[in-house]
Amino acid sequence: MSDTVKTPNMRASSIQTGPIMSRGVDEVLEPSPGLLLRRRIFGHTGLVIGAGVLLIIFLMAVLAPVISPGDPYDQDLSRKLIPPIWHESEKATWEHPLGTDLLGRDYMSRLFYGARISLLIGLAAMLISGVIGTTLGVLAGYFGGKVDMVVNFIITTRLSMPVVLVALAVVSLIGSSLTVVIWVLGLLIWDRFAVVMRSATQQVRGLDFVAAAQSLGCSTRRIILSEIMPNIANQLIVIATIEMAHAILLEAALSFLGLGVQPPDPSWGLMIAEAKGMIFFDAWLITIPGIALFALVLSINLLGDGMRDVTAPENRN
Amino acid sequence: MIQFALKRLGIAVLVALTVSMLSFSMIYLSGDPAVALAGEGASQEDIENVRRVYGFERPIVVQYGDWLVRALQGDLGRSNYLKADVATVVFERLPTTMLLGACALAFALILSIPLGVLAAIRPNSMIDRFALTVAVIGQAMPSFWFALTLILWFGINWRMLPITGTASWLNFIMPSIALGYYVTPAVMRLTRAGMLEVLSSDYIRTARAKGLRPMTVLFKHALRNAIIPVVSLSAVQFGFMLGGSIVIETIFAINGLGFLAWESIQRADVAMMQAIVLVLSVFYILLTFLADLLNGFLDPRIRVA
Repeated sequence: MSDTVKTPNMRASSIQTGPIMSRGVDEVLEPSPGLLLRRRIFGHTGLVIGAGVLLIIFLMAVLAPVISPGDPYDQDLSRKLIPPIWHESEKATWEHPLGTDLLGRDYMSRLFYGARISLLIGLAAMLISGVIGTTLGVLAGYFGGKVDMVVNFIITTRLSMPVVLVALAVVSLIGSSLTVVIWVLGLLIWDRFAVVMRSATQQVRGLDFVAAAQSLGCSTRRIILSEIMPNIANQLIVIATIEMAHAILLEAALSFLGLGVQPPDPSWGLMIAEAKGMIFFDAWLITIPGIALFALVLSINLLGDGMRDVTAPENRN
Repeated sequence: MIQFALKRLGIAVLVALTVSMLSFSMIYLSGDPAVALAGEGASQEDIENVRRVYGFERPIVVQYGDWLVRALQGDLGRSNYLKADVATVVFERLPTTMLLGACALAFALILSIPLGVLAAIRPNSMIDRFALTVAVIGQAMPSFWFALTLILWFGINWRMLPITGTASWLNFIMPSIALGYYVTPAVMRLTRAGMLEVLSSDYIRTARAKGLRPMTVLFKHALRNAIIPVVSLSAVQFGFMLGGSIVIETIFAINGLGFLAWESIQRADVAMMQAIVLVLSVFYILLTFLADLLNGFLDPRIRVA
């Protein structure tokens, strides 16, 4: 705990209050920082659940070729719309545990392969937007003044344009493909990175160790990369999880409207779109990919919230 | 205050100009607009004709200036597909989307403000946990799937509500819920945080100490102050919802701006897309400008920053 950032505020309070002063006496009895961290991680229900579900979905995606009961692209109209195994129908079979879709493709296999697309787009779009947003935010926060004004203007402009609409319009004009969707989303959702990184940098910029580095004559690049970045990293990770979840939801919405992932590739949003017409008869076609999407986004959000609780110094205890 | 307002106005106008430039440049995204307009199999002569008629042979800056001047006069061009004036069609559809947005916002506020207040009165209680769960679930549900699930239960299984169209106010219930629930977590968290802060302040202690009834303290003293940031957040979220209503309007076949946007995208009607992006963005800029003014008016500290 001793290597965490101490704001001047915290230091002042540690001088005033007794219990923290006397901590040095019984320090020997305290568990090691590593053990404390592990305790905090495994004592946090949300974090454990989130990480667990995310791990399962990640394994589903990675192991899709191995664990899929069938081929996600193999169409066969003679076995179309087989209901999932828990339905009381004689058509339900263990050959297709989650049934088959309108074209007779195995639904569980499509679900597993769909996880790949969701995770890929979420990660890639998050990385692109993270690089853009963090650069803008850190520069604005560190330099302030005119740089800050310009960055603020760019953020305001970006925020005033409706994301879903612009993404749809741009994708439709350029032509839809996985790469296009990733880039369009990445270029659109960097705003939160920029806003949060800007204010985080502003808070760290005024601290003593930055002033010390400046007076030692460190280059600006060094100060930003090795003094500021490590101290805003935990906030960066939290935003990264939020934006990854955001990107996954946007991809699903785009695919649902027919402008994201194109058939026959399995995307959860597209699967829901393809099943839309069957809502009167075979609602499970919509429910299954919907629950998968919900579980993925929820687990990422829980993981992010949990990491914030575990790492943020001000929220400890 | 006037200086603050003028400064904000200046920024708003600059942002609007930048947005107009971006929406104008949409027409060049798909390559040569003349080729796209002339359609497949058009001869070189046809393409040249289109280029001349639409003025694509001029420098881009001149085209943009011309487009902007006309847009400022209320002329957003003509739709090639509908053969109609874009501005007329857009403003015909706008009220429906506004109505939907307003209903959705009302739903969100009615749900989230009481929950936020209750959560703040008893932090870490059952109610607080329930509110947190609602927020976490709300943020994770894809809106289109939530909309379809509503249709499945309320429309098909229980036959309580009409599924599509805008025939009566009943038609607006499900779309408003589907559109508004996404806003509830943010509003609820802000209400809770604001209430927690206000409730621990000195004047609340004073009010309690002099024996005012708990309800009076809560609503007259605390909520009034905690609600200020919620007002501006609501304005901003309203703008977001108008932009996000494209998904919901498409699902429920509500004949608003979002549905128009989706139709235009299907028809590659670029003039219409440009106009909708521009109108929604300018409306959002206007909303945030008004929210800024309101904040500056209510809280003088903001004016300095």
